[in-house]
Amino acid sequence: MRFMMLIHHDETALAAAPQKELWADYGAFNQALAKAEGSSTGLRLRPSSAATTVRQHDGKTDVLDGPYADTKEQFAGYFFVEAPSLDEAIAWAKRCPSSKYGSIEIRPVVDPTPGVKG
Amino acid sequence: MAVDDAHRASERVARESYGRLIALLAARTRDVAGAEDALGDAFAAALRTWPVDGVPENPDAWLLTAARRRQTDAIRKRQVRTAAEDQVKLIVNEIEAMADQRDAIPDRRLALMFACAHPAIDPGIRTPLILQTILGLTAEEIATAFLVPPKTMGQRLARAKTRIRDAGIPFQVPDQDELSDRLAAVLDAIYAAYTKGWNEASDDAGSELADEAIWLGRLIVSLLPDQPEAKGLLALMLYTTARRAARHEAGAFVPLERQDTNLWDRRLIALAEDLLHEANAAGPSGRYQIEAAIQSAHVARRLTGVANWAAVVALYDHLLALLDSPVVILNRAVARAELDGPHAALAELAPLEADRRMLAYQPYWAARGHLSSLAGDTASAAQALTVSIGLTTDEAVKRYLLGRLASLHGDPRMQE
Repeated sequence: MRFMMLIHHDETALAAAPQKELWADYGAFNQALAKAEGSSTGLRLRPSSAATTVRQHDGKTDVLDGPYADTKEQFAGYFFVEAPSLDEAIAWAKRCPSSKYGSIEIRPVVDPTPGVKG
Repeated sequence: MAVDDAHRASERVARESYGRLIALLAARTRDVAGAEDALGDAFAAALRTWPVDGVPENPDAWLLTAARRRQTDAIRKRQVRTAAEDQVKLIVNEIEAMADQRDAIPDRRLALMFACAHPAIDPGIRTPLILQTILGLTAEEIATAFLVPPKTMGQRLARAKTRIRDAGIPFQVPDQDELSDRLAAVLDAIYAAYTKGWNEASDDAGSELADEAIWLGRLIVSLLPDQPEAKGLLALMLYTTARRAARHEAGAFVPLERQDTNLWDRRLIALAEDLLHEANAAGPSGRYQIEAAIQSAHVARRLTGVANWAAVVALYDHLLALLDSPVVILNRAVARAELDGPHAALAELAPLEADRRMLAYQPYWAARGHLSSLAGDTASAAQALTVSIGLTTDEAVKRYLLGRLASLHGDPRMQE
């Protein structure tokens, strides 16, 4: 199965973390991830202060300053893993340094095989 | 012959093999609902054909083959493109291999139970899910036991099954380093079924749910013979079941320390003692081993005439270090009263007074009433007993508590 791992950061907790150690941990994690078959290192996003949200209704467009939901944890990045089951995906989430400063949401990706209902 | 024999054979298979067949059918696709549909159709086909053609030599293999065929049809209907053909072929091969093996149908029920009690499944639905997938209980039967409308229970079960299929929850026994944590969830689910059944059991009629839980406990012990906690849980359930006949007299509840030990089931107690012994020899004590050991200390009264309260209190100390639960504090205090008197016990309950969970917890008020009455504080005892009566839904317990309340107006120590 293919899983998308969505990183949500508590931005205050992350800012307070020892930065040198954090990024060293991340470097090691990304290397381990790069070696795993079918998995791919993801992308890191700029903080939620840089987010813009667009919504259309009744022919009008709203452009809002800020993220979709103003919560304590903000969407911060993602990566993909290929794993036989949820258990291995959970193991990857535990390895990811971000799980200490927020949470990792694990979402199975719909198999793109034609004709298969999700 | 026919109809009766076919029915009887189906019933036997349903009881003994339902979970085994579901576990096999769902293992590859992780589609529990699909497996249930396929097996349901296979059972219907069996009831049609067995009375005519006779019961097959190996009913399990027959049902498995029929269900696999049905499952394959369902997958074919869903997946028409070439990419799915390999999978269909694989499943067909599996059917043939399975039919050849006949006697050696592998047992994957353990993997199914670990899927049902996976940490990614809501704890509240784990027990119902195990009852349905392993034992084949209907949503209606489970709903009655869990005091939930059948429709709601059906929806929750369906949602959990969809989750098993879509979230990627594995059908496998976890690795050694994860096993004890994960096993705890499975054992908790079984124990939840047991306590539910036990609390609802009437006078001397046993509870079907409690019996099913014991059956699951035996299954776990047979599938994981090296796990001491599994044996501890089974021992715990057998100890309490052994006292089933003694806990009611003339429709009123009889507390453990006043039960007639002649009414205890010696055979079950002996079984429990053996299991506990094996569990203790095999490794460190977990929650269920300790709780079983507490039961064992209570049961010692049958042989010596006196309960071993010092041992009970010491065991509660271990349990408290492991669980830190207000219920354990409460039980420990009641046991301590027998050693050090009611005042010491009441002092131990002090930290619970601020615990909001205790406000509507019937055993808390019953214990307070009991301890205050021992301490000669009739007013507090009457108040606490009245609250506990108001919180009780069990008629036998209510009758017992009303008796205690009435006795307060005489000599408060008369009952002891």
